[in-house]
Amino acid sequence: MRRLLYLVPLAAFIAVAIWFAFGLTRDPSKVPSALLDRPIPEFTLPALAGVNVPGLGAETIRGKVAMVNVFASWCVPCKVEHPILMRLAAEKRVPIYGINWKDKGADAARWLAELGNPYAAIGHDESGRVGIEWGVYGAPETFIIDREGRVRYKYVGPITPAVLQETILPLIAQLEK
Amino acid sequence: MIAEAGHFALLLALAIALIQAIVPLIGAARGDAALMDFARAAAQAQFAFIAVAFGCLTWAFVVSDFTVSLVVQSSHSAKPLLYKVTGVWGNHEGSMVLWVLILALFGAAIAVFGDNLPPALRARVLSVQAMIGVAFLAFIVLTSNPFRRVFPPPADGNGLNPILQDPGLAFHPPLLYLGYVGFSTVFSFAVAALIEGRVDAAWGRWVRPWTLAAWASLTLGIALGSWWAYYELGWGGWWFWDPVENASFMPWLVGAALLHSAIVVEKRDALKSWTILLAILAFSLSLIGTFLVRSGVLSSVHAFAVDPARGVFILVILIVAIGGSLTLYAIRAPSLKSGGLFAPISREAGLVVNNLLLATATLTVFLGTLYPLFLEAMGGAKVSVGPPFFNATFVPLMVPLLFLVPIGSLLAWKRGDLAGALTRLWAAACAVLVIVLAALWLQGGPVGALLGLGLAAWLMAGALVEWAERIRLFRAPFAESVNRAVNLPRSAWGMTIAHFGVGVIVAGITATSAWQIERVQLMRVGDAIEIAGYTVRFAGTDRADGSNYLSRRGIFEVTRDGRAVATMYPEKRFFPVQGMPTTEAAIRTTILADLYIVLGDIEAPNAPGGGAPNFLPEPRPDTAWTVRIYYNPLVPWIWIGAVIAVLGGVVSLTDRRHRVGAPRRSRALVPEPAQGD
Repeated sequence: MRRLLYLVPLAAFIAVAIWFAFGLTRDPSKVPSALLDRPIPEFTLPALAGVNVPGLGAETIRGKVAMVNVFASWCVPCKVEHPILMRLAAEKRVPIYGINWKDKGADAARWLAELGNPYAAIGHDESGRVGIEWGVYGAPETFIIDREGRVRYKYVGPITPAVLQETILPLIAQLEK
Repeated sequence: MIAEAGHFALLLALAIALIQAIVPLIGAARGDAALMDFARAAAQAQFAFIAVAFGCLTWAFVVSDFTVSLVVQSSHSAKPLLYKVTGVWGNHEGSMVLWVLILALFGAAIAVFGDNLPPALRARVLSVQAMIGVAFLAFIVLTSNPFRRVFPPPADGNGLNPILQDPGLAFHPPLLYLGYVGFSTVFSFAVAALIEGRVDAAWGRWVRPWTLAAWASLTLGIALGSWWAYYELGWGGWWFWDPVENASFMPWLVGAALLHSAIVVEKRDALKSWTILLAILAFSLSLIGTFLVRSGVLSSVHAFAVDPARGVFILVILIVAIGGSLTLYAIRAPSLKSGGLFAPISREAGLVVNNLLLATATLTVFLGTLYPLFLEAMGGAKVSVGPPFFNATFVPLMVPLLFLVPIGSLLAWKRGDLAGALTRLWAAACAVLVIVLAALWLQGGPVGALLGLGLAAWLMAGALVEWAERIRLFRAPFAESVNRAVNLPRSAWGMTIAHFGVGVIVAGITATSAWQIERVQLMRVGDAIEIAGYTVRFAGTDRADGSNYLSRRGIFEVTRDGRAVATMYPEKRFFPVQGMPTTEAAIRTTILADLYIVLGDIEAPNAPGGGAPNFLPEPRPDTAWTVRIYYNPLVPWIWIGAVIAVLGGVVSLTDRRHRVGAPRRSRALVPEPAQGD
């Protein structure tokens, strides 16, 4: 009986370890969006000076399956996911709209001139106000919007090829059906 | 070339650690002195190679070698030299190298200074230490190589997170790691003792200095982190029960329990299996702390490496180290002979109560920290357990613990005299009464705050009473008291100082929690706010740019009864490289209280699309700023008290029984284990 007492710490630890193992299976970047399955917020943002695409408003996005990507020239992970967005834009799979978040217009224009512009329209959200309405709390973030103009998916952090192939593209295909 | 040398040094250290983990263990089992002695050389060589690797990495940061990916990610050529150096551990990979450096440092210290340890125990301790080293070195080499090159090298780095560019935080991780890793030594001693199947008073004596050193470093590290949170985060708070704070607090609590139970092992040869368990738990909680911070299992502002692959690796380390040691414990601990018996009222019993309360407190913090994760595992919603939970569970456990401190330290070993102890505490009781009445007269309620201050007075006065008793102050001639004070063991001095420090901390926590005054107001130039007798006038703003940031500085003139007291300059900084704004609170302290000013946003930010970014708005003369002013009574006492407690630990560490090269006590002096159970 006394011997069993000495097994208690081990048993407790095994329980905790299982619990941790479960915790690891969660993707920490999958933060539920407050907007999930809700209509996108009403907003209008001016175009970026020196970039050859129009500004962005809620009307532009509604009516078709679309991707909204929040980016900034100061944001390093944005640079990481940029080639993936460029490829996606070249395939013309889905319209990609950009929200240039908390960024200087000139910096953003230079950044896009250097790396290429995957966006069909870009709203310049210099103050980050519209970002708040979208629930953005860091760049990059990516939203998938359905035909009815509702947010169906949110991804925090740079899009990886795996996320694109396994989650985003299947979702777009399903929404377009 | 330097980076490759560093990488190679890490690989060599890993190889040495691998051999150091195996060979001495075989030597100890066979009684082969040469194999056992190999551990000492290996531990020193392992430290040397890790030091080389750390030096190479530091070099890469100092010269801003942007061909190294890590330097690109977390440094910048415009950064001040201090932050280039501290940038080494301001990121995941570098901080892990610092971790193994400290681990190897402790191993080398045991090897060099461990002359008074029995050779077999020393060999086993160093072997266990090397096993931990293997795990973490492999972790670095396989998942977090700090020396990875990048091609083509960028023109400049991405800079260190500006919020981390601060002297307080720069030295927070190394101190915390000294504490965490210090417990690894205690863990190694515990596992080695379990392998040998023998724990005696001498073991307690060897373990205590390591526990003290680890605990003191951890105290200082936590205090520094909390101080940083206080002046940098700009919320006027000093402890947020954030998961990462809790991760460092849990080993601290268990370490405090271990510190006390190791005394019982040393003096009375009792509580052995419990002390071994605490030694295992202290390091286990340090590992779990690392796991929580590094894996991103819990989201927090501190968790800067969110990477599941690393999380899995650390989880494996966790399972092997903790699971393995607890299995060993389950097998070996029941056969540990327990020694000296003691009465329900005795110093031992007091220390048992101390241990039970500290262990329970650790458990509540553990549950509170991991409850959200647990709830999610059960399929529930995402929730977070906030300060109310911790205040409701933690405080009621601490109050009886702290109340018993002066009483317990006056009880004799084996069988104590409770009535005698209480009568000797009359002076402390008087001090409590005076303080409570004074607080009632000055501040009035709330009752909890009066009780808290009373408790603080009880602790401080109680510590002094115990000290006065020992040197027979006012009872014996003064010369005799002085003589006794001089000859008082350093560990007794340490206890008095540390307990007094805890009292100071309690006073600071109580006063600032109960009587903090907060004013949040829109202020235009010329406006004034009255707070706690001070008049704070907003005189305007100016620019105060630094080498790598832009800054707008508020100018606040503080007066009291018409006399100028100070001019305070809270700042809003903007770091262009990261595009990140920070706030710098202005703090003026009188030791008895802090005046704390934070400059907030302006009323109507610039319209989107306009010229400059609005992190640093250009104010017009009539612009209104949100200004937060706090008056925090006694808040500096929290950190002063922590430093006093650490000082107590250091004084105790210099006790001659713990000193390196102290004469070994002969075996006969060690109490014979009684035939209990």
